[in-house]
Amino acid sequence: MTTATATSTGRVVGPVRAALLVVEAMWTWYRRNWRATVVSSIVQPVLFLLALGFGFGSQVQPTEATGGLAYVVYLAPALLVATSVQIASFESTYPILSAFKWQQTYFAIAASPITPAQILGGQLTWLAIRLAGSGAAYLLVAAVLGALTGPGVVLTLLVAVLTGMAFAAPVAAYSATLESEGQQFSAIFRFIVMPMTLFAGAFFPVEQLPAWLRPIAWFTPVWHGTELGRDAAFGTLSWWPALGHLTFLVVLFLLGARLAARNFRRRLSS
Amino acid sequence: MVDDGALVRARQLVKRFGEFAAVRGIDVDVRRGEAFGFLGPNGAGKSSTMRMVGCVSPRSDGELTVLGMDPQRDGPAIRARLGVVPQQDNLDTELTVRQNLHVYGRFFGLSKAHVRAKATELLDFAQLGERADDEVEPLSGGMKRRLTIARSLINDPELLLLDEPTTGLDPQARHLLWDRLFRLKQSGVTLIITTHYMDEAEQLCDRLVVMDGGRIVAEGSPAELIGRYSTREVLELRFPPDAAAPEVALEGLADRLEVLPDRLLLYAADGEAVLAAAHARGVQPLSSLVRRSTLEDVFLRLTGRTLVD
Repeated sequence: MTTATATSTGRVVGPVRAALLVVEAMWTWYRRNWRATVVSSIVQPVLFLLALGFGFGSQVQPTEATGGLAYVVYLAPALLVATSVQIASFESTYPILSAFKWQQTYFAIAASPITPAQILGGQLTWLAIRLAGSGAAYLLVAAVLGALTGPGVVLTLLVAVLTGMAFAAPVAAYSATLESEGQQFSAIFRFIVMPMTLFAGAFFPVEQLPAWLRPIAWFTPVWHGTELGRDAAFGTLSWWPALGHLTFLVVLFLLGARLAARNFRRRLSS
Repeated sequence: MVDDGALVRARQLVKRFGEFAAVRGIDVDVRRGEAFGFLGPNGAGKSSTMRMVGCVSPRSDGELTVLGMDPQRDGPAIRARLGVVPQQDNLDTELTVRQNLHVYGRFFGLSKAHVRAKATELLDFAQLGERADDEVEPLSGGMKRRLTIARSLINDPELLLLDEPTTGLDPQARHLLWDRLFRLKQSGVTLIITTHYMDEAEQLCDRLVVMDGGRIVAEGSPAELIGRYSTREVLELRFPPDAAAPEVALEGLADRLEVLPDRLLLYAADGEAVLAAAHARGVQPLSSLVRRSTLEDVFLRLTGRTLVD
């Protein structure tokens, strides 16, 4: 067994490396448990694409609202963005609450040289990788099904990741404050994520909403993400709207991440 | 800073949570190579102290140095050289036993090869070799505890913090754990242990402080404390629940008398002699027991309360 330890072998790693080590830990977990995520991450959006894009879409005439495109083509990039937000919402709720409350794995990491902010950095980086991976898998299937227009969707994938992160960061900040069993999460899914998915421009343009509802849609990441993601996919990007969408998403992410960093620090070192 | 042998040095250390003071000004010196105990009931401030020493809880007032550094400024550098066994296991139960060690070791900047070799060594030490590639979830409480201890050793810590290491374990699992901790101590690791088990403190600690209500009420080796605050032996007498109080008849027989809900404790150098004298006075207990004094008696003397109900 270990003999008298004059000095420990442990040392402090830099902040980026620290976050990547947290990512490595997440990856170790994912390698064992990825199967459970395939249905919600990939199968579900593909089913939506089949049922709503191809099935229901066969009854929809290409119009100005769909940019003159077949409905399935119109839907495919938006579905990528909306699914990204759905995965992000799940990943930033229960797993984070669990790491604080049930498994308490964050406390284990916080006892090592890794700081709370670095734990958050790793967690968010891992989520971005997760979103990119799931999105890429979905795009592959969508491409095989002929629902894509061209290589622009690669940009849409980046937009989808950003949109997911913009939603996940503030939700993660909230999850980090909870002491409950997570009942609040159902409210988030039912009253924010689902309405946002259905009504914020993914399945039909928000111009179809009653005038008084539209401003609400404008404040959702899904609306900004789908607008930007579609333009990227169809090559119809124009400077000012794109910049506006991008700014909204980046600012939401940064605010959320800042708040989450504060809440992680409070909870892990109080 | 000069290494004067004190791995942990606290002066008037205070921890407040809002209005509530969990730790109310304690002085502590933990020397290299010793096993140091914090003994006290739940809520005494032991865990708050441990969290400050573990650099995951900033102090509210007073001074604290750990490994010669300031936790507020050098938290990560100190934590790199600590091992921590928290009160509640926080293993990743969806990973294998071995993976828990691998993943954790990496947080300390250790190479994959180093962590692999170290994990094999620690699995052997914790007697978990046969379960190495099983998921953690179904393991017994004792096994999870041993894995948590193994994990805390992944960086060859100079100082190991154990917060109630055997709470909730069955006797066999406790003894196995004590044996492992004793070996660690033999190999030169400095241990800080919190416990509310007297036998644990007596088994493991060279020196300890008794905490109550956020303060240190006594300090010394287990033998010193027993010598100072108790007698060599204790006579325990039990009476029928409805019997008249026999305290009067027992007056003056022992150095000190404690009345507990279910029994009387008589403190004396020679328990058998007191028992004989009690019999001579016509006292008829249901049962009697003469035993050595323990830290439990010290605690009772110092606080007027028993430690564990």
